[in-house]
Amino acid sequence: MYDGGKIIIGLIIGIGFFTSPFFFNAGKAARRPEPELTQKAKDAKECVLETSYMKSSHMKLLDEWRQTFVRNDERYFTAKSGKVYYKSLQGTCLDCHSNKSRFCDQCHDYMGESPYCWECHIEPKESK
Amino acid sequence: MGVDRRQFLKIAGVAALAGLGGKAAVDILAPGDVEASMKALPLTEGKRWAMVINMPELNDEIMNKCIAACHEEHNVPEFGDPKVEVKWLWKEDYHHSFPDHHNEYIDEKYEHKFLLLACNHCSNPPCCRVCPTQATWQREDGIVMMDWHRCIGCRFCMAACPYGSRSFNWGDPRKAPKDKNPDFPTNINYPTRSKGVVEKCTFCDERISKGQLPACVEAANKLKKNVLIFGDLADPDSNVRQVLSKNYTIRRKPDLGTEPNIFYIV
Ligand code: HEC
Ligand code: HEC
Ligand code: HEC
Repeated sequence: MYDGGKIIIGLIIGIGFFTSPFFFNAGKAARRPEPELTQKAKDAKECVLETSYMKSSHMKLLDEWRQTFVRNDERYFTAKSGKVYYKSLQGTCLDCHSNKSRFCDQCHDYMGESPYCWECHIEPKESK
Repeated sequence: MGVDRRQFLKIAGVAALAGLGGKAAVDILAPGDVEASMKALPLTEGKRWAMVINMPELNDEIMNKCIAACHEEHNVPEFGDPKVEVKWLWKEDYHHSFPDHHNEYIDEKYEHKFLLLACNHCSNPPCCRVCPTQATWQREDGIVMMDWHRCIGCRFCMAACPYGSRSFNWGDPRKAPKDKNPDFPTNINYPTRSKGVVEKCTFCDERISKGQLPACVEAANKLKKNVLIFGDLADPDSNVRQVLSKNYTIRRKPDLGTEPNIFYIV
């Protein structure tokens, strides 16, 4: 075999290169996000809808709020408990979840999501 | 999800260049479609909001307070450059506001009188007819509304509006010069807009829905009552109808047939 050594070295470098993302991320990734609740949220005990729904589908709720608020002039949302919420992203969601960086962003960073809402909607000021 | 407006526009632009956009564009712009889909909007209350502006009572102090109240309520920044300025409510002189009422010998006191201008919330709004995404449309109560989530920044509406009531965000409003906007954003409960969208007065939809008067009217009332009068034209007993029946009023460029809903007492 001609140049066997070089080929093998080349293969090793090649395999190293292709698997580098695994080594690079080893130990770093996979920390489950743990969204923190503010005192205000803890006192409220429950979210606008069931927690399981909020976990998986809060963006659907937000989309519906946005649509009905702006386009149909329907500005209040009545929860199953009978509690009435003003349909506002910054005024309602972020009033309870005012620790945006340790709540919303925890998950979103983990999932590689970055909702563009904050180009316009104003993030709460957080004491870090 | 996962694609924001700018990305979408870039993709759409490339697709259009590749010839894929052709059919979609024709579909969007077919005139019958736009009209048909406007009718499908749910009824709110079938009212017709209007404003009467009492010109002889206007002075600089009142006008400046009104403009400040509006722009603070809605986070409208000051750029200090007329080329990129964003305005919802602004001052203009009689001569430029009512070009069709002009004559050479008009009384000085009218010619250079300044008054307040804003979106006229026309009953026959040309901006809504040209909007390809229905980001601007007429509500059942007459308000010419904006849905900033849908605006793609094509600026057809700006070309269609004969009153210059719409402004384009040439840059990010949050990057407006800090020295001119020390407290920006002034109202944390109202979103700003972003680069590349059009904006204008919405007759304070967010306040009306809570039973409050528009911010400019409230500001004017604090200084003097009945300078700006806001109410329902559909109701024959309303404040605006009464004022209109007792005073001679004019509207901007009525010959265009847009049916403005801001009236000026001369
Ligand atoms: C281009 C700027 C812009 C972007 C981007 C934007 N919004 Fe909005 N949004 C607004 C404005 C302005 C209003 C206020 C409309 C009114 O009151 O007339 C609003 C209103 C809303 C409302 C109802 C009232 C409120 O205060 O929250 C919801 C809900 C909402 N947006 C959700 C979203 C979500 C979710 C996203 C991101 C996926 C988003 N918006 C992105 C500008 C924007
Ligand atoms: C009245 C306070 C309150 C408001 C308003 C509120 N939330 Fe919540 N939210 C909570 C509480 C409390 C929990 C935790 C419930 C639990 O642990 O069962 C929660 C949980 C959540 C979760 C799941 C978090 C997890 O642990 O995985 C999401 C996502 C969420 N909220 C999003 C939103 C959004 C989006 C809005 C606005 C539409 C909103 N919340 C409005 C109080 C609130
Ligand atoms: C439990 C984890 C979790 C929490 C907490 C959470 N999100 Fe999300 N969010 C997600 C995931 C996952 C997605 C992506 C879903 C998808 O793409 O289908 C998402 C998507 C979104 C989207 C849509 C993004 C887009 O590009 O259209 C919005 C808006 C959003 N989240 C708002 C919020 C807000 C506001 C909060 C805090 C009040 C919040 N989320 C808290 C997990 C979370």
